[in-house]
Amino acid sequence: MDEHQTGPAGPPDPEFAGTDLAGVGPPSASAGEAGIPWQPPGSFTRSRRGSRLLGGVSGTVISTTSTIVVLGVLVAIFLLAPGARAVEHAFFNPQDMWASFVGDPQKGYYSVGAAIWLNIRMFLAAEVLILILALLIALVRQSVHPALFPIRILATGYVDLFRGVPLILVIFAIGLGVPALSLPGVSSQSNAVYGVTALVLSYSAYVSEVYRAGLNSVHQSQTAAALSLGLPRRTALRHVILPQAVRNIVPPLLNDFISLQKDTALVGVLGTIEANKAAEIYSEQVFNFSSFTVAAILFLILTIPLARFTDRLIERDRRRRLAGAPA
Amino acid sequence: MSTNAPAEPPPIGGEAIKVEDLHKSFGTNEVLKGINLSVATHEVICLIGASGSGKSTLLRCINLLEPIDSGRISLWGAEVTGPDTDQNLVRRHVGIVFQSFNLFPHMTVLRNVTLAPAKVLHLPRAEAEAEARALLSRFGLGDKEAEFPERLSGGQQQRVAIVRALAMRPQIMLLDEVTSALDPELVAEVLDLIRELAATGMTMLIATHEMGFARDIARRVCFLEEGRIIEDAPPAELFSDPKDERTRRFLRRIVDAGRL
Repeated sequence: MDEHQTGPAGPPDPEFAGTDLAGVGPPSASAGEAGIPWQPPGSFTRSRRGSRLLGGVSGTVISTTSTIVVLGVLVAIFLLAPGARAVEHAFFNPQDMWASFVGDPQKGYYSVGAAIWLNIRMFLAAEVLILILALLIALVRQSVHPALFPIRILATGYVDLFRGVPLILVIFAIGLGVPALSLPGVSSQSNAVYGVTALVLSYSAYVSEVYRAGLNSVHQSQTAAALSLGLPRRTALRHVILPQAVRNIVPPLLNDFISLQKDTALVGVLGTIEANKAAEIYSEQVFNFSSFTVAAILFLILTIPLARFTDRLIERDRRRRLAGAPA
Repeated sequence: MSTNAPAEPPPIGGEAIKVEDLHKSFGTNEVLKGINLSVATHEVICLIGASGSGKSTLLRCINLLEPIDSGRISLWGAEVTGPDTDQNLVRRHVGIVFQSFNLFPHMTVLRNVTLAPAKVLHLPRAEAEAEARALLSRFGLGDKEAEFPERLSGGQQQRVAIVRALAMRPQIMLLDEVTSALDPELVAEVLDLIRELAATGMTMLIATHEMGFARDIARRVCFLEEGRIIEDAPPAELFSDPKDERTRRFLRRIVDAGRL
């Protein structure tokens, strides 16, 4: 029996002893000023002032209208600015945008559209390696075994170092330092490989912290439940803790990967012809910045679908568990 | 589920659990201050006492989920608190069920139940699933195997948790206030299941706030206060003629709350 429902036997609570409970209203103490009897409100309909400014107009119409108004104001500000013509020519010139997109080796500039493929390849390679390396670092830092103490210190130092040093410095350090070492095999790679290495080193430090947060977000009672069934720690981690941790960190992980897609542009400082570098070369040859706009649009085309894809994953996972049907 | 009188359980056997002078602290807070307890095979013992008296910690220590500070725990005569104990091997024989169910939320009911038999006992998948289905339907959960835990009621979740522990074919079950998180109307279905287990002769150590249940099912009831076992007696004796003043005070509070 629930103790709240049972309650102690005995006389009724003295506080309510004198209260007249015959009416439907609350005790008269809450009626405010003495002498004014409490009245039921009569209607619980929301008043039409304030939030219902547009009355019965549907949500779609409201959102469309507000979008048009906001965009209209922004475009108007841009067009009315004193330098609008100059900026439009320098950044949004259709001829230059097309020319930089397709490229023309004869005139000394590369295709930004082709160069973005290098960004995509660098991103994909880096992403896979980051997911693996970051997980290893996170697991080492979470480990409790005394024998792993030196590795734990090492992992902590690694994270401190690569989170603290700006990515562009890491790219320079790897891209210029490793070739200078003249190690056979290692020192003769392309700049794109050094760039990816730098991205992996830097991002793994961040992503390992995301993993760690995810591992900590799984309540320790889950570990207890898994261990209590006789599962070895490693099995418990793999089948019980990690799947839940990863589910919890998909949004922040994706956030980091959107960042990573853009940061592949930094590898251009080593002279690698990726999208940003190609755009820069175009602008130096032709003295027009529209190539950068093309690069920006291409990066947007890459990142926006990734964001929508994550939203879908999260929603599908939520629905699947609510529906109770195995996928 | 059986509400009628179950068959007589097997007679009490040799000593299954022996706890000797067990001490356990969390930081400066000493939770267990020298526990001595012996549980025989096929025996059902209930631990009662206020929250914080050490009931849960004692159960978690026996399952080796908490390292102990001093003392000794033996199972079937073999010490399990020594440095080279295979903890996973111990846990295969000692199941524990928690107040908060702790089902794995990302797995279906069937996967929850088959995970350990498949990974620890290395049962083939088909065999593990067949056994899990048999257990689930025996406890009225046959139609729930494809559900995820959050779709089940608290009582159903707790029954799945018990089935999950039973799937490892343990010889001892430790139940840690398994009905405390349940809505009142769901308590009975879980208690019925435990009665059925007791009838099969399962050795059980049960921490509970359900005094009526403890009186019915236990062969002995232990009253804990501040990390010590104050009184250890058959339920008829402990509930109607408690020897210790502290036991009497505790039972009076329970009676005043209308729970006995």
